[in-house]
Amino acid sequence: MDYTIRIGGEAGQGLQTIGGVLAKVFSRSGFHVFTHQDYMSRIRGGHNFYQIRFSDKEVMSSREKVDILIALDLYTIETHKGTLSEKGIIIYDAAFIKKVFNSPGFLNIPFEEIAVEAGGNRIMANTVATGAVLGILGMDLTILEDIIRERFRKKGEDITGKNIASARAGFDHAVKVCTMCDFTVPEPGAPPLMLINGNEATGLGALMSGCRFYAAYPMTPSTGIMIFLASKAKEYGIVIEQAEDEISAINMALGASFAGTRAMTGSSGGGFALMVEGLSLAAMTETPIVIAEVQRPGPATGLPTRTEQADLLFVLHAGHGEFARVVLAPGTPEQAFFLTNKAFDLAEKYQIPVFILSDQYLADTEWTFRGLNTGSLRNNDYRSRSEALEGVSVYKRHRLTENGISPMAVPGESGRLVVTDSDEHDEEGHMIEDAETRIKMTQKRLMKKLPLIRQEIEPPLLYGSDRPDIVIVGWGSTYGVMKEAVDVLSGDYAIAMLHFSELHPFPSTEKFDYLSILGNTKLSLCIENNATGQFSHLMRAETGYKFDARINKYDGRPFTLEGLSGELYAHIGKL
Amino acid sequence: MPTLESYEGQTPAWCPGCGNFPILNTLKEALAELEIEPHQLTVVSGIGQAAKLPHYMKCNTFNGLHGRTLPVATGIRLANHEMPVIAVAGDGDCYGEGGNHLLHAIRRNINVKLFVHDNQVYGLTKGQASPTTMEGVVTKTQPFGSLSEALNPMAMAVALDCSFVARGFAGDAEFLKGLMKEALNHKGFALLDILQPCVTFNKINTYRWYSERVYRIGDDHDPFDRIEAFKKSLEWGEKIPTGIIYRNSRPTLEERIPVIEETPLIKQLFSFKEAEKEIRGFY
Repeated sequence: MDYTIRIGGEAGQGLQTIGGVLAKVFSRSGFHVFTHQDYMSRIRGGHNFYQIRFSDKEVMSSREKVDILIALDLYTIETHKGTLSEKGIIIYDAAFIKKVFNSPGFLNIPFEEIAVEAGGNRIMANTVATGAVLGILGMDLTILEDIIRERFRKKGEDITGKNIASARAGFDHAVKVCTMCDFTVPEPGAPPLMLINGNEATGLGALMSGCRFYAAYPMTPSTGIMIFLASKAKEYGIVIEQAEDEISAINMALGASFAGTRAMTGSSGGGFALMVEGLSLAAMTETPIVIAEVQRPGPATGLPTRTEQADLLFVLHAGHGEFARVVLAPGTPEQAFFLTNKAFDLAEKYQIPVFILSDQYLADTEWTFRGLNTGSLRNNDYRSRSEALEGVSVYKRHRLTENGISPMAVPGESGRLVVTDSDEHDEEGHMIEDAETRIKMTQKRLMKKLPLIRQEIEPPLLYGSDRPDIVIVGWGSTYGVMKEAVDVLSGDYAIAMLHFSELHPFPSTEKFDYLSILGNTKLSLCIENNATGQFSHLMRAETGYKFDARINKYDGRPFTLEGLSGELYAHIGKL
Repeated sequence: MPTLESYEGQTPAWCPGCGNFPILNTLKEALAELEIEPHQLTVVSGIGQAAKLPHYMKCNTFNGLHGRTLPVATGIRLANHEMPVIAVAGDGDCYGEGGNHLLHAIRRNINVKLFVHDNQVYGLTKGQASPTTMEGVVTKTQPFGSLSEALNPMAMAVALDCSFVARGFAGDAEFLKGLMKEALNHKGFALLDILQPCVTFNKINTYRWYSERVYRIGDDHDPFDRIEAFKKSLEWGEKIPTGIIYRNSRPTLEERIPVIEETPLIKQLFSFKEAEKEIRGFY
């Protein structure tokens, strides 16, 4: 079983509500779910869709073929009817869109009329539609009823009851009229799975790493991280400050970090462009900070609600001067969770800026997981607080040490003064201009720390054949679609994926000699959601390795399984 | 009890006769009289001659970027609101490069004291016009004279309902000390604009020029009266008022964030075991 449901309509019609609830029903039923959203940069109108793929096997990408299309407007039917699978059906409300379709595959369900009858209000039409989908799939209503009870608890029993009645009426109607429906969903037996998107996972990772301060300026598609942390602010004691601009956001986070708390900021490329000056400040003052850069297509405003992986080299090189940084690029929400924890750990341990490089696709796609094993989280406090400073007679914030890491005291916790400066400075933190100190400080900040940081970086993940003829290589959010493409092609070829989720410092081959794998292939392909193949350039610069070919997608949309598989077959055909 | 010596820092690299010297000495005196120990205080500064001040005394110091003093100071206060935080900046730093941050720091009413060394010129970059340079003043980069109207920071701050608005003069140290102490004791954001002669690059607004014009605001002025304060803030030219122009009792940002109602953020313990239940919320 591997079905795809697409809900299309205008912004504001409640696509996310229907989609979100259905996805939850499937994940609670123990099915694997993958959802992705395609939305325009507007509050009302336009055309958006929400797509859910669910299966009894692992799924981690979107398919192009749709099995059930829920059309909330006429435009959805016109635009998406061509993507219908062989047994696919389109459900729509003929009275609402003022058009009747008699062709096979079309199923008119009067959402509004049923809502008025069962719930007394046409506002419950979306609940009717949700119930109808479950009826079409031949599933049970119990989990949906539970979810309705949870969601409407605050609105009282009356509203809850009416919504449940509407769901049931939609369900019953669909069962009655859907004579041509041919969907088989196995009995749910597996334990419920957790359903989480990339932004939520990044936020959860920050929360569970003890992040206490998040300052940002809202910018799609990064705002979800701020929203998640804001929703937990009261319970866990997190200060969320919406800054006047991104320049302020990063400087506020640096102030909070200097004062002794774990701090983070986030934005997309355009907002991060404003933070670049502050990034350099973090490096010079050796103030730990975690920065989430959730990419969207540029240049400038670009495509605000769409996806691209075109800020890799920007993030890698941003900031005047030379300094140490870490760039982590999660491929899944699970990786986003653990890598955000790693980001905080490395930022505090080495007193450096660490990036979570995500993108709109990862930010907004929901995945299912059995759970997150928190046993492996790292939560060490690297700061010197009052007790640790008791015996210290002379404290120097930027003391020259063997490994380049100076003791990081919390100001005000002892009689010691914590002094730092954006000017080049001496061990105490006071500005200097002499050449000798400058050299020592550069060596401390950069040359001494960098080899230690490099040892913390994990090599790429190999999936598929361990002696592959064909290797596809990518980073960040293409993980899921590449992995599934390997599954599709592995029947015919010895194929594997190399996925990089830790990009800088570039992983060495000491832990895993990925270069020898690449050296023994007939075809190596670099897959990227950008035009110029930024990772392939990075790979060549860092290792000297040149890919045989590249597959680049820069239309602002993610790769689909059919799309990527098709391109892979085409390349293999040329061999 | 801290003494003046407790605050002794590095030897200043300012020009002889610079208006920054009396400001530095006055600040040390004010802090000593308020019994604030060096380690209990953080001074945030940016870039410019004024921004070097924290190195010339003793305190926790974050000497950051040009124009960015207030965001850093805000972050420090939100993380530890038991720590007094002074932001030191020049007129270019906080009225020019950091103008947006000033606007919003006033709105937030973060409990930071902003001391502006206002010499109406750029010193560190050697003599260009600043936002407070008077219209028509010719410099190497303003060959036709400064064509923009000079910013009136006092009027701007009153218009924004800034919770403490005052002006001092580096040539009247005793009065300045009183203003610094008032600002430090005030609960809320305080803007103290300090007229400070630049003996090297500003040949117009000299000690003499200021001395002939400044006067101390008398007891007849009610700083809680916003309309009167606005009138007072507009005075410039022949007569320049110094003293507290305006103040109010707006609640501070720190007071309004429930998360830090009782304990400063940095003293709140975090147990990630407790947060584990958040994972269950995703099922």
